[in-house]
Amino acid sequence: MAIRILIAKPGLDGHDRGAKFVARALQERGYEVIYTGIRQTPKQIAIAAVQEDVDFVGLSLLSGAHNELFPKVVEELHNAGVSDIVVFGGGVIPQSDIEFLKSKGIKAIFGPGTSIKTIVDFIENETKSRNSKIG
Amino acid sequence: MKLNQEIQKLVDGILKKDMRSIAKAVSFVENSDYKTKKPFLQAIFPYTGKAKVIGITGLPGAGKSTITDKLIKAFRDDGKSVGVLAVDPSSPFTKGAILGDRIRMQNHTLDKDVYLRSMASRGALGGLAQTTKDALKVLDASGYDIVIIETVGVGQNEIDIVKIADCVVLTYAPGFGDEIQAMKAGVMEIADIYVVNKADRDFSQKLFKEISDIVNLSSKEPKPKVLKTIATNPYEQSNIGYLKEEIVKYIDYVETSSNLKKKRISFIESELIDTLTKIIIDKTLQNQNVKAFFDKKTIDKIYNKELNFYSIIDKIMEAI
Amino acid sequence: MSKNGYKNWQEKTLIPYIKKNPTRKEKFHTSSYIDIKDLYTENDVSDYEQNLGYPGQYPFTRGPYPTMYRGQHWTMRQYAGFGTAKESNERYKYLLKQGQTGLSVAFDLPTQIGYDSDSPMSEGEVGKVGVAIDTIDDMETLFKDIPLDKVSTSMTINATAFILLSMYIVVGKKQGVEKKLLRGTIQNDILKEYIARGTYIYPPKPSMRIITDIFDYCAKEVPKWNTISISGYHIREAGSTAVQEVAFTLADGIEYVKSAIEKGLNVDDFAGRLSFFFNAHNDILEEVAKFRAARRIWAKIMKERFNAKNEKSQMLRFHTQTGGSTLTAQQPENNIIRVTLQALAAVLGGTQSLHTNSMDEALALPTEKSVRIALRTQQIIAYESGVANVIDPLGGSYYIEHLTDTIEQKAWEYINKIDELGGMVAAIEQGFVQKEIQESAYHYQMDIENKERIIVGVNSFQIEEEPPKDLLKVNQQVSIEQIKKLQQIKSQRDNQKVLKSLHLLKDTIKSNDNVMPAVIECVENYATLQEIADTLRQEFGEYKESVVI
Repeated sequence: MAIRILIAKPGLDGHDRGAKFVARALQERGYEVIYTGIRQTPKQIAIAAVQEDVDFVGLSLLSGAHNELFPKVVEELHNAGVSDIVVFGGGVIPQSDIEFLKSKGIKAIFGPGTSIKTIVDFIENETKSRNSKIG
Repeated sequence: MKLNQEIQKLVDGILKKDMRSIAKAVSFVENSDYKTKKPFLQAIFPYTGKAKVIGITGLPGAGKSTITDKLIKAFRDDGKSVGVLAVDPSSPFTKGAILGDRIRMQNHTLDKDVYLRSMASRGALGGLAQTTKDALKVLDASGYDIVIIETVGVGQNEIDIVKIADCVVLTYAPGFGDEIQAMKAGVMEIADIYVVNKADRDFSQKLFKEISDIVNLSSKEPKPKVLKTIATNPYEQSNIGYLKEEIVKYIDYVETSSNLKKKRISFIESELIDTLTKIIIDKTLQNQNVKAFFDKKTIDKIYNKELNFYSIIDKIMEAI
Repeated sequence: MSKNGYKNWQEKTLIPYIKKNPTRKEKFHTSSYIDIKDLYTENDVSDYEQNLGYPGQYPFTRGPYPTMYRGQHWTMRQYAGFGTAKESNERYKYLLKQGQTGLSVAFDLPTQIGYDSDSPMSEGEVGKVGVAIDTIDDMETLFKDIPLDKVSTSMTINATAFILLSMYIVVGKKQGVEKKLLRGTIQNDILKEYIARGTYIYPPKPSMRIITDIFDYCAKEVPKWNTISISGYHIREAGSTAVQEVAFTLADGIEYVKSAIEKGLNVDDFAGRLSFFFNAHNDILEEVAKFRAARRIWAKIMKERFNAKNEKSQMLRFHTQTGGSTLTAQQPENNIIRVTLQALAAVLGGTQSLHTNSMDEALALPTEKSVRIALRTQQIIAYESGVANVIDPLGGSYYIEHLTDTIEQKAWEYINKIDELGGMVAAIEQGFVQKEIQESAYHYQMDIENKERIIVGVNSFQIEEEPPKDLLKVNQQVSIEQIKKLQQIKSQRDNQKVLKSLHLLKDTIKSNDNVMPAVIECVENYATLQEIADTLRQEFGEYKESVVI
């Protein structure tokens, strides 16, 4: 069964090099990746996630608006009636903001310099623990 | 027929057009084997057959997603609800896929009467996932008036779309150096409408003429239309509006001329054969007597010509 | 040195030595994957003197001016802006006091994309990556006590450049400074937005119309203004190689010149005010060669393809920024060293103006202290290192000349390919440019993952470290303050006048006349940035990206 991951860029930031790299690298590891492109509102991202029935949502943001927009995405997912999609994020995010973001429902933050292996390990671990819950 | 609770919930959900249920149902038919999903498909079968199905196909870069995006708007302006299945190829090596068609249509995400879903082909040839047909049934039963299936055309393998779409639109764009693609007989026969997109580019007129000439030789009834579009033009609802009109006209025509019924009957026939084929093959391969022939020793002997390939087939046929 | 000298050296000295002392790697290449030999000799460069020329003379390989830094140093121009106009104004005054010689304005994303601070699209973004400008009122505050006849100001603004330039002109007017005295630059390079940066609004054709309107208007009314900064920086940041950076930037330039000429402008009337903007990346010798190759290629393009007669039209002048994407969040002090080397490369390459990144920029906007160090980096190079005392010091180096030739040759291949595709706009629509960049970016990143490419502190020489303290935190109240101000202005201005001027702008768009005068009038009447941008949105529609992964 394929794992489906939505990669999205909320807000106005147009720097998509990282998002595209992660999307491609995940595809090369066997995931089905839906990429929404740039300039997405939190609501658009949440509804896309529901329609695509993804297991993960990855958010990329480099403009400093992560503390406002990442929690908004989680909120919109709740509004849409979904709470089991795992949300992670990356971009220019100072370590000091990570605790706040985690408290708002973002499961992991992958800052500058993170290797793709770290992200893939995270996804695999989350998938395993979700499967054992269903199992 | 008593359905298990989970499946009943799904059925109830999609009949209410609940987006979450629809999404879950599509995943369900994508991921489940025939045995598991049969009760579900059986339960929704009575509700299918109402949606008009449009196939948009063509080479990558022809502008299918942009055209689909504008078509959605054109049908919405008519008050129709629209479901979209955008199919992209999975990598044969990694089994993964990047599904990027949604980008062009994201502005419809907040419209409650539009449902967008990206599907990976998951190894199926023919541009469509094997499960696309089942996903289509979900959207059909959910009550969408129009379902658009967008698929990558890479050549002769587009024939699958012909087995499920009421109207097939084949999209071209100039400048690919692949005008020769246009000539490949198999592909050219499949479409009901031809579109030359990016019609503001060099060589678009040449391409338009080439396609029109070939279409003129077609014996199809009615003769397929050839249209020009510039899908990205922002003023341009009107040329896509024109495409929409031709699609509607085509479907109306086939409906009233009972060609639609003929088409749909042939769809049923081919799907019957496809489904039965798959069931029978799966069943056969799981048969212990058959499995016995698939051990390494036997295969080695065939390689060494100690056993005759065709004799083995005879033996397998006797065993089932 | 004879032709056989190199061969002799290899056979007699090198190969025997390598047998006992192997080289670190089998093969070596530049950061952009150009192969590097062990040694370069006169045999690797042919007639380079012919191709080279002299500084201030066609083809300008050694520099656009006859004296270069012996005349004056490059402009030290630190990109800055954040929060409110008031806070940015304070930072500008600080930088000018510390010896910076030109201003460079960073705008927030809503301003760049034509949204006011109160738009729902602006949520979370107001004042974050630059200053928030909603009306002329903000612009006046931004330049309070900064006399516009005494500074040159570079504004990093693209889709809404026509609005910000209009605002700058009006601020000048209010200060009593005539248009013809204003000096500065607007980035105004929409093509690279489609390729790499993402702050576009309108589709290519109408965007080109606005850009050429600006060329035309400034040629007549604001003659000292650089009307465009054709940019390779962002293309490089998106992951391209050095060759692609040069090729795609110059191909963009070709498209702009073509458009202006098609509009009816005479090439020598506007080409002298075109400027460029490049990246200074980490392979410093490759970067020096890159800058020199860029100058030579552009000179040839302007002279041979566009028949520019004036030397000013043929000389490529550029601003450089050190490569932001090379900075690391790990061990941030290391970034000071990276920036120093990159800045040196820019100077050895003959840049006209330079921004050096601050060490904390992998994580946040710079603090006062870190931006001061970045500025000092330039000042130490300028005053202490000696490299500014001679022109094109690396000229004549076998390696540098060979690399310059190689980069030029490979760039021409791309430029010709793009011509075949129908020009840059067509190439972008077909996704060709984006695909090339994607591939390079992917290759670069995978090399990092595989440790083929070492990033000190990230995939090697790591330490356990505490997260950095004292990062700049942008004032959270900015959006609240801006929204309040907007409400105030909208209630106090003459709304009839605003509507009238917006209507006039709409007519101007439809009639194909130059938009600038109409925009200036809207700005003077306190029309907001978004009101103006939306007027064009209604006529032109919005661009949708063609994504290539």
